Amino acid sequence: MKSLVKKSETLLSVESKIKNPKSKIPGAHVALFAALLMAGGVAFFAGRIDPYHLDVLTNIGINVILAVSLNLVNGHTGQFSLGHAGFMSVGAYLSAAVTLHFVPKLFGEDGGGTLATGALFLAALLTGGLASALAGLLVGIPSLRLRGDYLAIVTLGFGQIIVVMFQNLEPLGGALGLNGIPPYTTVFWVLAFAALTVFTIGCLVRSTYGRGFLAVRDDEVAAAAIGLDTTRYKIVAFVVGAFFAGIAGGLYAHFRLTITPGGFDFTKSIEIVVMVILGGMGNTLGVILAAVLLTLLPEVLRPVAEYRMILYSFLLIMLMLVRPQGLFNFKPGKAKP
Amino acid sequence: MEIQNPKSKIQNGEPLLRLAGASIRFGGLTAVCEVDLSVAEGELVGLIGPNGAGKTTLFNLVTGVYQPTSGTAAFAGRPLAGLRPHRIAALGIARTFQNIRLFASLSVLDHVRVACNLHRATSPAQTLVRLAAFRADEAAILRRAEELLEMFNLLRFRDQPARSLPYGDQRRLEIVRALATRPRLLLLDEPAAGMNPAEKLALCALIRQIHTQFGLTILLVEHSMKVVMGLCQRVAVLDHGIKIAEGSPAEIQNDPKVIEAYLGENHQASLTHH
Ligand SMILES: Nc1ncnc2c1ncn2[C@@H]1O[C@H](COP(=O)(O)OP(=O)(O)OP(=O)(O)O)[C@@H](O)[C@H]1O
Ligand SMILES: [Mg+2]
Repeated sequence: MKSLVKKSETLLSVESKIKNPKSKIPGAHVALFAALLMAGGVAFFAGRIDPYHLDVLTNIGINVILAVSLNLVNGHTGQFSLGHAGFMSVGAYLSAAVTLHFVPKLFGEDGGGTLATGALFLAALLTGGLASALAGLLVGIPSLRLRGDYLAIVTLGFGQIIVVMFQNLEPLGGALGLNGIPPYTTVFWVLAFAALTVFTIGCLVRSTYGRGFLAVRDDEVAAAAIGLDTTRYKIVAFVVGAFFAGIAGGLYAHFRLTITPGGFDFTKSIEIVVMVILGGMGNTLGVILAAVLLTLLPEVLRPVAEYRMILYSFLLIMLMLVRPQGLFNFKPGKAKP
Repeated sequence: MEIQNPKSKIQNGEPLLRLAGASIRFGGLTAVCEVDLSVAEGELVGLIGPNGAGKTTLFNLVTGVYQPTSGTAAFAGRPLAGLRPHRIAALGIARTFQNIRLFASLSVLDHVRVACNLHRATSPAQTLVRLAAFRADEAAILRRAEELLEMFNLLRFRDQPARSLPYGDQRRLEIVRALATRPRLLLLDEPAAGMNPAEKLALCALIRQIHTQFGLTILLVEHSMKVVMGLCQRVAVLDHGIKIAEGSPAEIQNDPKVIEAYLGENHQASLTHH
């Protein structure tokens, strides 16, 4: 036995050295850095890009954040959340409240310098994200202990409640919503946060710890039997997902400049769920592509305005019939309709 | 290579696992009825009984899947009442499943890796920062997982989805996954089910090997008498949830109550042949 282990050890250490070259900086961080540079590059040339295209790009970025973060919950961890738009609204409202409250106090009439507004915007986004994460914790703890279907119902209810709550909160504009939100969202912020979302969730899932999300999705009993705290995994996924939904909400609010409770209703949640399913549950690259495609599709269908929704729905049905495992899921044996 | 759980040995002859009057009722059905069972550290004990006798339910009781309706279970002197399954796994009880439960989307390597989480050195938050300590930890886990796979001749399937493996290899992968949690007590639920005679023979050798080399305590549920009689030092027999006999393999084979239980279930074949 001793000799067997020894032999295999030398054999394996060579092999694993080839597979993990000992570089100083982890590959994921290099990728993130490159992505941030690219976001900066795009922002640098933003002046020369058609404003319409820039708007589409911003929408794509926001949808990528939403879809990739929901993918952690619905895809990797296998929980069915229908409340992502609810978490988005928490982030949107809170971040808008922060900027609306502090901009006149801090910057007065002149609007403040780039650095100061940038710092305020970042603080506002993080406030929105953290508030959303807290909401995720409050919704998640009681419902994630229960089995599967309960979460769908509870998150559905949460989405409705949050809309009604914002409709009746006069300090946050009531049914009319908030307007006059400063236009802080630039293509740089959106692409940078999209990169950060993909990075964070990628790092989380591609680790020994993160394999646990998949294990919990595949078989909860077996996952618990090897010592994984399944409830905790679900809560972590849910809270991280909610955090990034909140960030996306903040970016959305400072892009649209007007937000109303109705903009974050059930249909928005469904839209994000469709991106995740279309991308192939748990397949990050697929989900990104699906988010891009489903943002572009309505734009492409603009000329046939009246039939847009019909065509859109028809395409979705066709796609699900032809590729139930997800449009961009090419791994065999992973079909999860 | 360190495989055994480093927790201290138990003092003054307390058995590693002790069930006292443990019962589980499902509505009107008593699946496990006031069972007393002790397994000492280092023992290899067999648990047999006809279909529906309550063997799997007893495993579910020990691993926290079900709570006993009455009676108690204790591990190394520590009561298991109220503990959730992952806490019990952390104490050092690992198991395999009668109906193979592998993770559909994980590779063979990831099955072992994910089971190493229990004894990882760095916190999950470090997955984002990925400092040197984290990478060293991940590398150590990878090495350990590969070593375990190599030992069980499964390394050739390293990156394949576990569900694509031949049936016998899937069963062995479940055992490797359980061992990766560094258990003190291993519960095997019909590990030879569905195997051909040659595979069964190899499995017996494997169980004997992990019993001695890993210094494990093993409780084995098995229908194949040949496997049980060849491996176990002691055998307990369940019938309709009641423990009807306990003793050496030879004693059990000649116990009239045991013969009757199996006859009643038309299972005489499994006692004599196989
Ligand atoms: N969750 C449950 N709910 C209701 N009844 C159950 C449950 N689990 C097991 N039972 C019943 O408890 C009894 C014991 O089942 P168990 O699976 O423990 O038997 P077993 O000895 O493992 O049998 P086998 O050799 O067929 O695996 C059976 O009658 C079974 O139908
Ligand atoms: Mg059974």
